Amino acid sequence: MSLEKITQVTGRGVYVPGDDIDTDRIIPARFMKCVTFDGLGEFTFKDARAATEAEKKVHPLDDPRFAGAGILLSGSNFGCGSSREHAPQALYRFGFRAILAESFAEIFFGNSTTLGMPCAVMKPDDLRAVAALIESDPAALLTVDLMEGKVSVADMDFAAALPEHAKEALVTGRWDAIADLLESLDGVKACAAKLPYMAA
Amino acid sequence: MSRTLLDKVWESHAVRVLPNGSTQLLIGTHLIHEVTSPQAFGMLRDLGLKVLYPSRTFATVDHIVPTDERDEPFSDSLADAMIKALRKNCADSGIKFFDLPTGQQGIIHIVGPEQGITQPGTTIACGDSHTSTHGAFGAIAFGIGTSQVRDVLATQTMAIRKPKVRRINVDGKLAPGVYSKDVILHIIRQLGVNGGLGFAYEYGGGTFDAFTQEERMTVCNMSIEGGARVGYVNPDETTFSYLRGRPYAPGAGQWNAAVARWKASASDSGASYDDVVAFRAEDIAPTVTWGINPGQAIFIDENVPRLDEVPEKDRATAEEALAHMHLKAGQPIKGTKVDVAFLGSCTNGRLSDLTEVARHIKGRKVRAGVKALVVPGSQAVAALAESMGLAAIFKDAGFEWRGAGCSMCLGMNPDQLVGDQLCASSSNRNFKGRQGSPTGRTVLMSPLMVAAAALTGEISDAREIFNVR
Repeated sequence: MSLEKITQVTGRGVYVPGDDIDTDRIIPARFMKCVTFDGLGEFTFKDARAATEAEKKVHPLDDPRFAGAGILLSGSNFGCGSSREHAPQALYRFGFRAILAESFAEIFFGNSTTLGMPCAVMKPDDLRAVAALIESDPAALLTVDLMEGKVSVADMDFAAALPEHAKEALVTGRWDAIADLLESLDGVKACAAKLPYMAA
Repeated sequence: MSRTLLDKVWESHAVRVLPNGSTQLLIGTHLIHEVTSPQAFGMLRDLGLKVLYPSRTFATVDHIVPTDERDEPFSDSLADAMIKALRKNCADSGIKFFDLPTGQQGIIHIVGPEQGITQPGTTIACGDSHTSTHGAFGAIAFGIGTSQVRDVLATQTMAIRKPKVRRINVDGKLAPGVYSKDVILHIIRQLGVNGGLGFAYEYGGGTFDAFTQEERMTVCNMSIEGGARVGYVNPDETTFSYLRGRPYAPGAGQWNAAVARWKASASDSGASYDDVVAFRAEDIAPTVTWGINPGQAIFIDENVPRLDEVPEKDRATAEEALAHMHLKAGQPIKGTKVDVAFLGSCTNGRLSDLTEVARHIKGRKVRAGVKALVVPGSQAVAALAESMGLAAIFKDAGFEWRGAGCSMCLGMNPDQLVGDQLCASSSNRNFKGRQGSPTGRTVLMSPLMVAAAALTGEISDAREIFNVR
């Protein structure tokens, strides 16, 4: 299985502010009654968007200025809570190809990487600076460069880093681990054979 | 060299190091349910792969099952399609399914332990973040996404980085009316909802030594709410005696050898940790949440924090929380009106939870206007509770006695909040919309505090309501 080598992601950005945005917020549980991931995109931040609309305000994801954005920006501990892969699947189907945040919850980070959607960590001040640039020029293109560990926008560079293992997996086209895991089934069986509880 | 339980389990289950530096880790026990597995089976079919170790894969149905009308087909056709898909996938692959008619169905994190499937020194994965529950037995257990469910089905392994270990010591004796739920809410409040990122939490100390197995499960269950994907307690005699005689536990012929292995899997006394923190049991009081994440918690006697008491970086979230919860900064939490009381979930839906509440509420009545639900965590828990007369006590008091499932912990089945109802809940998450209504409000607390709220119609101190001294 050969996968695309993901070294750069370019797209317009949208900033959804807030810390500890949980996966229930990204996709409420009642929209997970499904046996495939198809069609999840429309439920992205569904309740948050409806609540914003009810307040006669515009949620960033419904703001026409940011329509078609491919890079999502948010706060710290993004994707905490439920392990539901439905969350990154919904974001991907909504059109996002990379996420920039102050930090990510661990399960969400792994799920996103496995989809080939890089999650890069930025310093709070840098993140807010990029968000301000997007706000002033929503058409500005952001380029997340995995090799260089930076995001470039409007002739400026900001540090945006991935942990080494995730970067390595993405840039070498091994972000979906299944091919690597299938290579060593003999090793798996040998390891299992040494564990009494697996033999029983 | 002295090693932690995590070190030992990692070593015995590591198949190899992958090209990107992650470990290909053998998952000895794979638990699956209807929400996060159907897509994984679909991926297997697309790739032409089979389940490698069907005998090490166990299934049940919990998130979507109604807890009242349980006859099939379910009135919700989407839920009905999900149970049918799981039934077919299990039958096609030869996977043991604790299905509704078996009398063994329940929340996956309650079924695994009660069947004796959850054992010390093992690795366990499940497409559910509360898999950390199983760490109470000295297993390394964690939640995974659906692509990883596929990986484990196809290869019985997954790619994962070894976490650091933070030792969390709690010593001393909890005061009457203070429970393991309060301990974990207090830990999360102190260390933060993201304090555990990159760590496994090893819980220990005298308080944990004295805990029952089920109390340990409540704590490990909520490790993920503190950001730690893994939480565990070293196995001891409490663990072994809980497991003895359970259906999937080692039989008499293998028992002594198994216990010897289990003892050897515990952290060595001189093991070193990446971080160590300590709490005193005497400092912990009944704890309730006031906000929209489990770290926004206070003791029942405390007031909701004023914004100037909240660190600046947390202030925006605090303001958002106050607005959602209809609470004012600085007000007491005690006395807040409650619409719904929910006793259940993988955090607090076990027999000991129901027993403890029943002995206090006997002869008392739920306050008029409060909807109070008791949802046993499994059919086995329900059957025991019924035979012990607990169900009758709850029903006499005005609680609805339901069938086993996740119920109102999350909005995937008919048990959901309506509008901005406020729910006193023994579950694990108070996220916006978590209990099914986008404007619904959740206050997390121990089972006895839920009972106190049900009886008084407001957030109350259970120690006063039940005269606990």
